[in-house]
Parts: sequence; C-alpha cells; structure tokens
Amino acid sequence: MSSFPATVSRTDPEPHGGAIHPRWLRLTHWLNALAVTIMTTSGWRIYDAAPFFDFTFPRGMTLGGWLGGALQWHFAGMWLLVGNGLLYLTLNLFSGRLFRRFFPLSPQGVLGDVWKALRGRLAHDDPRHYNQVQRAAYLFAMLDLIVLVASGLVLWKSVQFGLLRELLGGYEAARRIHFVAMALLVGFVGVHLVMVALVPRTLLSMIRGR
Amino acid sequence: MLRSKPVADRPDAASILKEARKVLAPHIGQTSRRAFLRTLTLGGVAMLSGCSLDEDDQVEHALSMISRFNDHVQGWIFDRNALAPTYSQSMLTRPFPFNAFYGVEKAPAIDEAGYTLEVSGLVADKRPWRLGELRAMAQTDQITRHICVEGWSAIGHWGGVRFSDFLMRVGADTGAKYVGFKCADGYYTSIDMPTALHSQTLLALTYDGQVLPREYGFPMKLRMPTKLGYKNPKHIQAIFVTNSYPGGYWEDQGYNWFGGS
Ligand code: HEM
Repeated sequence: MSSFPATVSRTDPEPHGGAIHPRWLRLTHWLNALAVTIMTTSGWRIYDAAPFFDFTFPRGMTLGGWLGGALQWHFAGMWLLVGNGLLYLTLNLFSGRLFRRFFPLSPQGVLGDVWKALRGRLAHDDPRHYNQVQRAAYLFAMLDLIVLVASGLVLWKSVQFGLLRELLGGYEAARRIHFVAMALLVGFVGVHLVMVALVPRTLLSMIRGR
Repeated sequence: MLRSKPVADRPDAASILKEARKVLAPHIGQTSRRAFLRTLTLGGVAMLSGCSLDEDDQVEHALSMISRFNDHVQGWIFDRNALAPTYSQSMLTRPFPFNAFYGVEKAPAIDEAGYTLEVSGLVADKRPWRLGELRAMAQTDQITRHICVEGWSAIGHWGGVRFSDFLMRVGADTGAKYVGFKCADGYYTSIDMPTALHSQTLLALTYDGQVLPREYGFPMKLRMPTKLGYKNPKHIQAIFVTNSYPGGYWEDQGYNWFGGS
C-alpha cells in the first residue's frame, strides 16, 4: 500500500490524485453556501419583526414571506448548516487537510501576502496552495460560523443552554452577537465572491475538482 | 430595544392573514393560508423562486414536517430541572409591553363575579373553579424574562399558583401528552406535560404584586419562562388535559408548536 509515502508528500500535498478539491469538500462547500443563503435571508426577516437598529431589511431580500415562514426556514436550515458543517470539520480535521491547507499561518505572513497582492505579485500558479490571506479568511469564516451557531443555540433554547447563555452574556447580548456574526459572515461572502470573480478558474476547480 | 415594534408587527401579520383567510376561505377553504403564503414565501431568493406552485406546496409541507420534528427534538432536550434565570425587582422592564393579535383597547374585560374556570379532559375533578379558590391556594411569585418569538424580550414579575399544584389538585393524568387552553379573546394554545409540570410554570393571578391587569391577561395567564410569549395564554377560560394534539392559534398558522426556550 504505502510504497513511496515520501514521494507523495513531497510532490502532492493532497493524497487524492490530481484533484485540487476532493469531492467531499466540494459537496460540503456548496451545501454550506445553500445553508448560509437560507439562514441569512430568513434571519433577516426574523430580525425585521423586532429590529434593534434603525433599519430593516427590504422584504424582497428576505425568505419566508412572514415571520412564521421565515422561522420555519431558519429552523430547517439550521440542520443543514450544522450537519454539513460538522461533516466538513470532521473530515477536514481527521484527514489532516485542515493543517496542511491552512497552516502555517502568521500575522506577518498575512500582511506579506496582502502587500504582494496589492502589487499584483501574489502567485497563483499552484491552486492547491492557499495564500495566507485566504487561509486567514477561510479560518475566520469557520470560526464565525461556530459563533453564529453557538449564539443561535442561546436564542433558540436560552434556558436549556444556560451555561452557553452566561458565557455569551445573556439572551439580549446573544442577539447582538448573532447579528454581528451574521454581518461579518456577509462581509466575508462579499469579499469571497469578488475574489472568485477575479480568479474564475478557482470556481471551476471548486465545481469539477480540478 | 422594545420601542413599540412588538405591538405593531404581529397584529399586522395577523390582520393580513385574517384578511387573506376571509377573502379566500369561502372559495378554497383549507388552502387559503397556502395561497397567501405562495405569493410571498420565496421573496428574493432567485435560486428558489423558479418553483412551480406544486413545488411550493411541497416546500411548505416539508417545512411543517421539519417543524414537527423540531418539536420532538425540543421535547427531548427539555430538562425539567433546568431553571430560567430570575432577576431582581430593579431589573423589571417598565412599562411591560402589551402584545396580542389585537390592540390593547380590544383586550377582553372580564367580570370577576361571573367568571369561572372550566377544567375538563383527563382530570379526576371537573368542577369549575372560582378565582377566590385559586387565591386560597399556596402562592408563589417570580421575576423572569419573557421572550417573544419576534426576538425582543422583557423582564416581568408574575405571581400565582404553581401550575403543577393545580394539576395535582384536579387529579390530572400527568402521563397525558398535552394541556390545552381556551381564552376569552378567542386565543387558544397547548403545551407539553413536562413543561406544564415545570416548577416555574405558574397560573399567574398577579402582575408585580397587583391583581393581574386586563392588558396582561385578567383573570389569569399561564406564565412559563421556559416558553416563548405566544405559548403563554392570557384570559384563560378553560383548561383541558388530553392525548390528542390540540394545536394553537399561531401554531396552526405555522409557528413552532413546542416554542420553548
Ligand atoms: C455561491 C457563493 C460561493 C461561491 C461562488 C464560492 C466559491 C468558492 C471557491 C471557488 C472556493 C475555492 C477557492 C480556491 O480554491 O482558491 C471556495 C472556498 C471556500 N469557500 Fe466559498 N463560495 C461561495 C460561498 C461560500 C460561503 C457562503 C461560505 C461560508 C460562509 C464559503 C466558504 C468557503 C470556505 C471556508 C472555503 C475554503 C474551503 C476549504 O478549502 O476547506 N463559501 N469558495
């Protein structure tokens, strides 16, 4: 079986033949994009029922039609988001891919890559390799989604998840945290989509695997 | 945080729904709610809005099935010993917001002299109750957070009879699944037995030390800090214990039945 492990690890950091993105990654990525879309647009409609800032989201951008419909979408979408997210994290962690792809990571490295990108010198020759800005951004998205789910649990079941509620500073604080984490995630997705538009061949590999 | 939004939004949704029902019900009966939702459900999500009407119906059906599944999950998560946090008198939200599917001026005015509470279903003693008899039972009070399905919350101070004491007194079958409520304003809802027996579930007769005022549900409200606002019925006229799913005013329109926190 493992005749030449050394060769494999030197020339191909992914033990998946020529695929840039393994199938499970592509699948969980697109399911996550669907789940995030459902959660965000239905969440906006729920926010609109009792806004705590001076604005509401235009109805046309929201999902569910009325508060009850939006809640049904939100509490259905959560299963997809959490189930798929756990699958992604488990496979990523136990395959060792998480460490291969997202580390090492350092503030200097991120700044260095930002500087290179600004001068148009950030190399894109190896699509198997995420630069440090990507690493930071993707890890941020993962952590932010964890915060979203944790604060969401407090909003859903504040009595049953009492310890989590106290950690987040109580029910009303959890509402703000949930909102801010949503806003940051929307910010991430915006930047993410711009980057994909700038380097469209990454989209092909996220669809076809290579 | 509270402003007047809570009062404005829900009655609004309610009146639209009612309107839609009134217009459509004679023609297509049961499907009226769906017809209303169909026009609005898929808002701005372009990827889903290509659905035909048929698929839209299926989406709605799937969503209600998941909501029922979520009822079971919540029943399973519910811990009878987990207590909602309590607060000090100084943290009360003043004034405590009024919220119903109608404006405050329409809240029913009930005359104590003519009032009796009906008890029926799987109970040993179906004798109707007078308010005085409830006041004669052991009283307890608590300051807890009321959380609305819309997201806002407010801290209030309720007192009255522990609901589990009441259920014991009428000899309720505590192995039954549901306790249902019918209210003087036409509202109705139902809860699961474990929540009914939770030590913080009160048959509230007072608000902040005063007889429960009309706008907060005179003569009595079932106050559960482990459930969302719409699960807490006001102006209760009848209580029944049953094994067949009784639904509820908002629940029948799509709010989650368990509705617990
Ligand atoms: C429809 C919208 C989306 C498109 C077109 C898209 C596209 C892509 C593409 C092309 C990549 C690969 C980048 C590369 O190989 O250099 C990628 C990776 C990634 N995307 Fe998205 N994405 C979308 C939505 C989202 C959303 C909503 C999230 C999270 C909230 C997200 C999180 C991520 C993460 C974490 C990665 C790295 C995955 C890994 O390698 O483990 N994406 N996306």
